[in-house]
Amino acid sequence: MSNKRVVSSTINGQQVEFLTEPQQSLLECLRDTLGLTGSKEGCNDGNCGACSVLINNRLVNACLMLGIEIDGKDVVTVEGLANVHELHPVQEAFVLEDGLQCGYCTPGFIVATKALLDRNANPTEDEIRFWLAGNLCRCTGYDKIVRSVRLASQLMNDAKEGPQ
Amino acid sequence: MKTFDYEAPVTIDQTITMMSKTHGQILLLAGGTDLLVQLRSGNKDVDLVIDVKGIPELNQISYDELSGLIIGAAVPCSQIYESQPVLEKFPAIIDAATIIGGKAIQNRASFGGNLCNASPSGDAIGAMMSLGAICNVVGSEGARNIPIEEFCIAPGKNALETGEMLISIQIPSPRPNSGSHYIRFTPRAEMDIAVAGVGASIELDSNLDQILSARIALVAVAPTPLLATEAAESLIGQEPSGPIFEKAANIAKQTIRPITDVRGSASQRKHLIGVLTRRCLDIAVNRAVQVS
Ligand SMILES: Cc1cc2nc3c(=O)[nH]c(=O)nc-3n(C[C@@H](O)[C@@H](O)[C@H](O)COP(=O)(O)OP(=O)(O)OC[C@H]3O[C@@H](n4cnc5c(N)ncnc54)[C@H](O)[C@@H]3O)c2cc1C
Ligand code: FES
Ligand code: FES
Repeated sequence: MSNKRVVSSTINGQQVEFLTEPQQSLLECLRDTLGLTGSKEGCNDGNCGACSVLINNRLVNACLMLGIEIDGKDVVTVEGLANVHELHPVQEAFVLEDGLQCGYCTPGFIVATKALLDRNANPTEDEIRFWLAGNLCRCTGYDKIVRSVRLASQLMNDAKEGPQ
Repeated sequence: MKTFDYEAPVTIDQTITMMSKTHGQILLLAGGTDLLVQLRSGNKDVDLVIDVKGIPELNQISYDELSGLIIGAAVPCSQIYESQPVLEKFPAIIDAATIIGGKAIQNRASFGGNLCNASPSGDAIGAMMSLGAICNVVGSEGARNIPIEEFCIAPGKNALETGEMLISIQIPSPRPNSGSHYIRFTPRAEMDIAVAGVGASIELDSNLDQILSARIALVAVAPTPLLATEAAESLIGQEPSGPIFEKAANIAKQTIRPITDVRGSASQRKHLIGVLTRRCLDIAVNRAVQVS
């Protein structure tokens, strides 16, 4: 199509340029254009949180944004959390506490949890449940997810204190 | 989504010119939490989407005693509830900004978009209406102010003329000894749309035993959010008390034109308006007493 526009932004720490048509959602751009298929499409209307990403450090639903809107912005997707050597503590915690079953909702929960813990290192159970209200899980059950978030908070606090 | 063009002007003038020169259907984009859903479902068609988030006036929130609170039309909920003057002086605004959607939605959804979308169940509209907000609008013919109770004219329809845009919403400084609250009923506490909602602001005299002025807004019980003028008037000159609130609640119940839909029946909505109005007034008065 002739209507393509260049978008340039930072995605997971890397400067990226890509082409998009204005009507393509950020989620489509991430998955189909950039091959970042970690962000999932659940509802495509803002209700399930499977597409959660961070834009300039704020949690948003990639299905409710146009790709063209991230021009000049800093984007973090679930792919940006682990490094080559180890999982991010939030990912680690979801593994240890069995915070996933089919895993479809998990990237969204993990990104949303990171956004929470970056702002509030010691959330209460209420704060966790409230924060994650925009993320739906059809199979694991929320108790295990809440336990994963609590463990993630512990792991991140331990890491901050450094080795004994 | 069907194809469309996209522009992101950085001034109001550019936007107005763009709107007057473009043929075809134009829609403005703030947070997109209504617009993208509507475009995707085919509920709305558009040739040009104009993203207004790059325009400074639409993106800032400011407060001074003379002008009151000015919320740029594209400022998202999270920026509103993180704003110090709002936290200190406009509790009903905080109530609404923190119940719209979840965290991800609140980082995008603006009060201006909520208002322009003109849904009968717009929580931000109810809160702003209870506080006597004025809508600052600009078009090719110049600027005008629309009282918020005249802004929504039918479900999904607002009072903007073709080529006009909402710039900001202005809320007067709270009077001494006043308090406000917005409350709604939803089956689920978060990520749900109001079955019914009530916003109220109350001003007390210096002895805190007489109501000097009151505004009550009702949500999701008529084709548009509604000002309950008679119910509010019944409170003036009265000492705040349960029976007085009850009386106002009963008048409010007579003002509404609720429908039955997937979220609730007309009779449930009528019942809810009674309960929510009483609770809302009670909390607004308590807040007025606390700030005094
Ligand atoms: C999952 C989910 C949950 C939600 N929960 C709630 C809820 O609990 N309560 C509630 O009230 N709402 C809720 N909403 C809807 C709410 O997010 C929107 O009403 C939001 O406030 C609209 O703001 P926006 O910035 O996203 O507007 P957009 O979607 O960008 O725009 C909305 C409309 O206003 C027009 N517009 C935007 N800016 C201007 C302007 N400056 N001048 C003229 N026209 C303009 C647009 O063209 C469009 O028609 C929810 C939505 C979702 C997806
Ligand atoms: S796919 Fe975006 S919220 Fe469900
Ligand atoms: S793990 Fe299957 S939907 Fe959450």
